[in-house]
Amino acid sequence: MFQNHLLSIVAYTPLVGALLLLLVNREKTQVIRWFANIVAAIGFLVSIPLITGFDTEAEGLQFVERASWIPSIGVEYHFGIDGISLLLIVLTTGLGFLSVLSSWNAIQERVKEYYIFMLMLQTGMLGVFMSMDLFLFYVFWEVMLVPMYFLIGVWGGPRKLYAAIKFFLYTLLGSVLLLLGILALYFYNHEVTGVYTFSIPALLELDYPWEYQFWVFLAFFIGFAIKVPMFPFHTWLPDAHVEAPTAGSVILAGVLLKMGTYGFIRFSLPMFPDAVQDTTSLNFAYLTFGWFDQQFGLLHMMIFLSIVGIIYGALVAMMQRDAKKLVAYSSVSHLGFCMLGLFALNPNGINGSILQQINHGISTGALFLIVGIVYERRHTREISEYGGLSRVMPGYAVIFLIITMASIGLPLLNGFIGEFTILAGAFQRHWSWGAWGCAGIVLGAAYMLWLYQRMMFGPVTNPKNKDLKDLSVREYATLLPLVIMCFWIGIYPKPFFKYIEKPVEKIVQRVQPGFFDRSEALLAKLPVQEARKK
Amino acid sequence: MNFLEMLALIPLFPAAGALINGLLGRRCSRLCISTVACGAVGVSFVLSLGAFYQLLGRPEGQRLVEQELFTWISAGAGELSSGSVAQFVVQWGYQLDPLSAVMILVVTGVGFLIHIYSIGYMAHEGGYARFFTYMNLFMFSMLTLVLANNFVLMFVGWEGVGLCSYLLIGFYFERKSAADAGKKAFIVNRIGDFGFMLGMFLIFTAFGTLDYTRVFGLVETQAQAGILASGDATITAICILLFVGAMGKSAQVPLYVWLPDAMEGPTPVSALIHAATMVTAGVYMVARCSPLFVLSPDAMLLVAVVGAFTAIFAASIGLVQNDIKRVLAYSTVSQLGYMFLACGVGAFGAGVFHLMTHAFFKALLFLGAGSVIHALSGEQDMRRMGGLRTRIPVTFWTMMVGTVAIAGFPPLAGFFSKDEILWRAFSSSQGHVLLWAVGVLAAGMTSFYMFRMIFLTFMGKPRMSREVDSHVHESPAVMTVPLGLLAVGAVVSGWVGIPHLIGQYLHHLPQYFEHFLSPVLAHPAAVEGAHASESLEWGLMALSVAIALSGLWLARRFYLTHPALPEQLMSRFKHTYTTLLNKYWVDEVYDLLFVNRTKDLANRLAGFDDRVVDGAVNGSAWLTRLAASVSGFFDYWFVDLAVRRSDLIYYLSFPLRRIQTGVIQTYAALTIGGILVIVGYFILT
Repeated sequence: MFQNHLLSIVAYTPLVGALLLLLVNREKTQVIRWFANIVAAIGFLVSIPLITGFDTEAEGLQFVERASWIPSIGVEYHFGIDGISLLLIVLTTGLGFLSVLSSWNAIQERVKEYYIFMLMLQTGMLGVFMSMDLFLFYVFWEVMLVPMYFLIGVWGGPRKLYAAIKFFLYTLLGSVLLLLGILALYFYNHEVTGVYTFSIPALLELDYPWEYQFWVFLAFFIGFAIKVPMFPFHTWLPDAHVEAPTAGSVILAGVLLKMGTYGFIRFSLPMFPDAVQDTTSLNFAYLTFGWFDQQFGLLHMMIFLSIVGIIYGALVAMMQRDAKKLVAYSSVSHLGFCMLGLFALNPNGINGSILQQINHGISTGALFLIVGIVYERRHTREISEYGGLSRVMPGYAVIFLIITMASIGLPLLNGFIGEFTILAGAFQRHWSWGAWGCAGIVLGAAYMLWLYQRMMFGPVTNPKNKDLKDLSVREYATLLPLVIMCFWIGIYPKPFFKYIEKPVEKIVQRVQPGFFDRSEALLAKLPVQEARKK
Repeated sequence: MNFLEMLALIPLFPAAGALINGLLGRRCSRLCISTVACGAVGVSFVLSLGAFYQLLGRPEGQRLVEQELFTWISAGAGELSSGSVAQFVVQWGYQLDPLSAVMILVVTGVGFLIHIYSIGYMAHEGGYARFFTYMNLFMFSMLTLVLANNFVLMFVGWEGVGLCSYLLIGFYFERKSAADAGKKAFIVNRIGDFGFMLGMFLIFTAFGTLDYTRVFGLVETQAQAGILASGDATITAICILLFVGAMGKSAQVPLYVWLPDAMEGPTPVSALIHAATMVTAGVYMVARCSPLFVLSPDAMLLVAVVGAFTAIFAASIGLVQNDIKRVLAYSTVSQLGYMFLACGVGAFGAGVFHLMTHAFFKALLFLGAGSVIHALSGEQDMRRMGGLRTRIPVTFWTMMVGTVAIAGFPPLAGFFSKDEILWRAFSSSQGHVLLWAVGVLAAGMTSFYMFRMIFLTFMGKPRMSREVDSHVHESPAVMTVPLGLLAVGAVVSGWVGIPHLIGQYLHHLPQYFEHFLSPVLAHPAAVEGAHASESLEWGLMALSVAIALSGLWLARRFYLTHPALPEQLMSRFKHTYTTLLNKYWVDEVYDLLFVNRTKDLANRLAGFDDRVVDGAVNGSAWLTRLAASVSGFFDYWFVDLAVRRSDLIYYLSFPLRRIQTGVIQTYAALTIGGILVIVGYFILT
């Protein structure tokens, strides 16, 4: 029974916890805290059998649960995962636990509601990554907005209402277009097969005509690009991040943004291979962006926006005075890398992109925790308020340094593996794509090192910083797992690549049929001794 | 013991040392920390010696050991420019061949001595554990860099040494200049890495692999089969991109600006990282890629010209610097230029030879400078030194040896390596008499500024304050013994590469060093030009010694016998002097052209983001609200108006309401009246 409903168990454990929390007296905050932390920990633990029980060699979906839900319109309750969703699910449960753990002291008001919303959010996100029915997917996609809205709007900073409403409306705008696209697919499927179904595997098998591909791609693009967020749809992000409580920012950056990229991987790429390969339909734009070869299509649009996101996000990040806002803009830049890798449309790029999504969740999640830790002590995020913290908080300094290095892509830490494979993939498509991406890496070093210098180096000039306490045991406990993951992915990423190998091959096969039929480069396979003719 | 099978342990020991000191160092005594750190490097040194010895024992054709530990990155199939696909796989693998064997010996040998020296130098400084953690981490990275068997793993080391350099330059992080210098080093190096990374991607799309043996094997087979011709555009692009990386790491014009600032770090760091080992990584990389470079005369020319220009450019700045470490820093930049000059004219062996000898004498000079600074309670300005010769004799004599070596006097190490480079610059088919002339001129400058340093520091009258003067003391043995050992190295390390010209009279295997390296390094067609005659070679050799002597003579005249002369010259060539003193204002120009422009752009974009991109979002929100208020207005004044003005119905209904009295008689009367009217109507019509 457990084996057959593992996904449901993973998805609803937090929800059940949230419901049980309703029964607890709101005055007993300590009980509530302990309970929520334990539920979140269990939520993570139950996701571990997914990893151990997952067969990386098998094709297709695993842990499938399928039952009819609303038969009249063909809606099913259909859960199932492949390697891509698996990594994102484990990221969600892991970060979910750490963010709940990090809120222990930060949340002092309306403690009960806070934890209920955190746990509900968790279920919403997990459902998105598990759903194999578009209707169900859409339900989770929307449901998840509500707790996030309240998290920002109730426990946020001074401009919390503005940020919460902006976040909600902006993403809702995308969702509406997404819904339109979903309906278009639904009715097209009925037209062709005579069956009403929202089943994602079934919809993936169809070949859509060009008009469908073009318009539904665009509709999905807006929906997902807002979530990612891609330039120029990113401005909700800095506001939401700055105002959200620390744990909210961690989840927002760590998991929520990945839902956008996940949408591109799951739907846009395999469903609309002609649209993502398109290099001509926007030729009128050639006049404006003449440096893109001779032609301009949807593919170029995606690449262009990704590269602009990388460079623009990095440059804008450099000039921020608010540490959280800086990290928020760095997310724009990092997600630009993820999108660049995806739209390289080759295994290197997509593999790198998926891994980089996980990496971004880990290192940016950690960065928000890091900023949150000093925010809790000083109640300011202004970078200029700090300086010289290395002297007073040496343990904090070490962890901050490691995460900074992970974020700027230093080898042996996770960021490098992702960025390097993404750029390799992008370079293979066109050298200039790789070159622009590499330029982003230079800027990435600049803004992160400058942030680190301004906060950690120099003498302690602000008397308020003189007696800051170094990390507590609980804070170490939230950060160390992330640090360990940074090293693990950096030093031995092979298992992670292994999980996504098959599904990525499937996507590439779908987007570029015949990619794997090309001849293998023979000379490169020469054994070492033969190649070296000494 | 088979040391060749224990290659992986060589970098592993320093890594373990870094881990131990990093995690436990705060709770350990200084003795314990330094024992772990030096012990780890010492073991690596012994292992390197063993591996080197056993490699030597092998027949010449089999001097290659590869050890692949595990698959590091496997990111699926990659597309090649030829249209086929190849797996993008990177192994964590080490390789020992003559080139990496020389490198690990230099790195662990010099590194070990500098670690020992640091025990004394850092004895009174804070952050002891942090210092040794970073130093060991550096050794790990540097050894990974030189032992890697593929480009990506080399890049791991490459970035790792960059990180350690950043951390150690900014070791005194409370000083803003130190933190700034660290950041500058990292970012300038990143600009170089931009080239390195693109170079790697291009190698992959061209060859489908990033392993040295496979890439170079393919290059060789394709060149023999005539698929790759000399001057191939892809190869040229690869070489230039890789060289951009080398320019960053090895501080060549225009990316040299970080190295002089790097002197903010503790002096042993300057010796180890910014003189002997890390900065030579670019030279190592170019030598490693020699099979690629020889196929691209254009790239070779670029390397030679950049090298020669850097050699003379940095030397000219070094002539007038007053900070003892800055003189040595510019000297390092200049000497690195020599190494690239060698590589550029096809004499890769000579470049690596100079790399090795330079490691000894430059590490020696830096450590000596550290000893001077130590003796003078932290003073670095040579204008406040002088007369230290008798006060700190060991430091003086060892530094003297280093100076004579770098100035190029026989039979010390620098003479042989520098002379080899100059001769090749002159005689090689890719050389040019101009390159040679620049090299000779820079050699003269080298001799001048080095002896200027010695004279200002050790000779003449003491110019320091009484306070400082009273504290002058020779460094402890833990510092002077490494100095002595390095001095020995600075003398003898050149003897493994005695040119054929002299070697033939010495019953010594001539140019043993280059012979040893030759299986790894490629040779451009006809390195030995036709115009190389023995008498010419003797003549040029004599000339370069004469140039070095004249540098010495000038320095002596300026700073010992006629101390007024520099002042006169300064006032006479004021503009030249200030230009040199201010390092040609390159930092200022870079700030103006690049740093400030980037900041401006970033500022503008931040404003653009706030006003335009987010403005559009807020604007659309405003528009929505405007539309909402318009429709609200309409709703209120039109739709709702009808509802609100329901009182109109009240007024309009006034006459009717008057009838609704509720009095039965009235209703009856009205009914009767009505009936009468209807009946009357029918009757009348």
